[in-house]
Amino acid sequence: MSVMWKEKSIKIFFTGAATTSIVVVGLIFLFLGKEAAPFLFSENIVKLFGTEWVPVSFEKEQFGMLPLITGSFLVTFLAILFAVPFGVLSAVYLSEIANKTEQEMLKPLIELLAGIPSVVIGFFGIIALSPILKNTFGLESGLNALNGAILLALMATPTIITISDDAIRSVPSSYKQASIALGGSKLQTIWRVVVPDALSGIIAAVMLGIGRVIGETMTVLMVTGNAAIITASPFDSVRTMTATIAAEMGEVAFGSDHYRVLFCVGIILLLITFGLNMIAQKVLRRRSV
Amino acid sequence: MSSDTLNNEPAIKTHINSDAGCGQDNTTNNTKISVRDLNFFYGTRQVLFDISLNIYDKKVTAFIGPSGCGKSTFLRTLNRMNDIIEGTRHNGEILIDSKDIYGEKVNLVQLRKKVGMVFQRSNPFPKSIFENVAYGPRIHGIKNKGELENIVEKSLKNAGLWAEVKDRLTSNALALSGGQQQRLCIARALAIDPEILLMDEPASALDPKSTTRVEDLISELKENYTIVIVTHSMQQAARVSDYTAFFYEGDLVEFDVTKKIFTMPAKKQTEDYITGRFG
Repeated sequence: MSVMWKEKSIKIFFTGAATTSIVVVGLIFLFLGKEAAPFLFSENIVKLFGTEWVPVSFEKEQFGMLPLITGSFLVTFLAILFAVPFGVLSAVYLSEIANKTEQEMLKPLIELLAGIPSVVIGFFGIIALSPILKNTFGLESGLNALNGAILLALMATPTIITISDDAIRSVPSSYKQASIALGGSKLQTIWRVVVPDALSGIIAAVMLGIGRVIGETMTVLMVTGNAAIITASPFDSVRTMTATIAAEMGEVAFGSDHYRVLFCVGIILLLITFGLNMIAQKVLRRRSV
Repeated sequence: MSSDTLNNEPAIKTHINSDAGCGQDNTTNNTKISVRDLNFFYGTRQVLFDISLNIYDKKVTAFIGPSGCGKSTFLRTLNRMNDIIEGTRHNGEILIDSKDIYGEKVNLVQLRKKVGMVFQRSNPFPKSIFENVAYGPRIHGIKNKGELENIVEKSLKNAGLWAEVKDRLTSNALALSGGQQQRLCIARALAIDPEILLMDEPASALDPKSTTRVEDLISELKENYTIVIVTHSMQQAARVSDYTAFFYEGDLVEFDVTKKIFTMPAKKQTEDYITGRFG
């Protein structure tokens, strides 16, 4: 009898541990929704579609989320523009071209890059990258979208490399042999056989990379200049959704419109990352079938 | 290994034996591939010992022997597929059309265009049937659609697959049956117009019916190609080949006209293997 109880309690324990994370995700959604709801379901909701973000003002507060969304997208887009070619080429090199010693040296280094705290990378952006950008492009300030994008690219690269590398490694060697036996060069084999077969894995890697970039907060808060303007220029300062929440949440009046709008921003952010992860998982799963 | 002395003789004797009324065709045998004193190593482990033999033009030569005897490794030296394995090295020479394929100026792409290969497990690309066959010509620079279509059709016809797939060239090759996939791989190898076709146990993963088709195909193909086939099945070697080489633990024990190997082997070891006493 006691054995049965033991079995049962262990089962409950493990089930509990496994469900906790799901419950937490659910609770986060619930909590965000609860705080945002009073604003979302009032006539004030139209304010969210404005083009100006002036949350604290003596005259008229503006809660237009557009500058924040475009700011996030600009930084993310630029970061992906740098990170994808860099990451995918690195993965190809690592899995197909590098010899054993190089692999053993590079892999831990890449993983190390993933482990650098974002505040350290932001610090690097302010101290090292910002002056370089400022001088190279003759700008007034080196704290802009480009700075953030470069650093975020750096942070997304390990994710992209590691997952692409896995995908490329799982391409059956028989495909490569067939290509080489037909007189294909190493490069032809890589571009015509290996990469196309690993493509779904590479796409998933990119998706997860984007998820990492769009959700990153500290670095962009430190280096993008935090000007809530709508712009397409990489040399302008921008304010991302994440940076906005991080910078303003601490000082906002509890229960105010501003407070509730920040939760709306959070919901949008969560939906985007959630969606990206879902797509990535779907693409990855389709590959394994 | 004790058999250094064994290797060299049979290869040279072959000419004489083949004319000695063994029922082979009477056309003269032109040497297509000539291997001299080949030793091959994986790292420090030697897997081939002083192999010397001649492979004749437009004949089928079978390599037989128990697993791990080096026959597949030897096959893969003929198009230098072993090059992609790290830590392999060799000495001795392999001449194809009197040119050393391990020579300094050898163009690997040209070599492999000349020496096609079919693998043990069919390995079509996860692409359409058309794209599988067109892959080789494409990487060798043929872009013209009409030309590619001609090559694909001709290759599939030569591989005896055209009638079965002509209406679904765009469907995925992986949807074909195992036997069809293997014939597709043969078609893919033929598409680059090789002179020599290496086959590494091409029928070992196939059902008997598909095996028969592949064997018939080999007999047809030898009209135009020099074929080297590694096989586990002695019946297969006896059915399809003109010459047979018996390998054992990295040594070439005996090489001769197939009929002679299977009726009057010169070596006791060969006889024991063929009669199923070991292996």
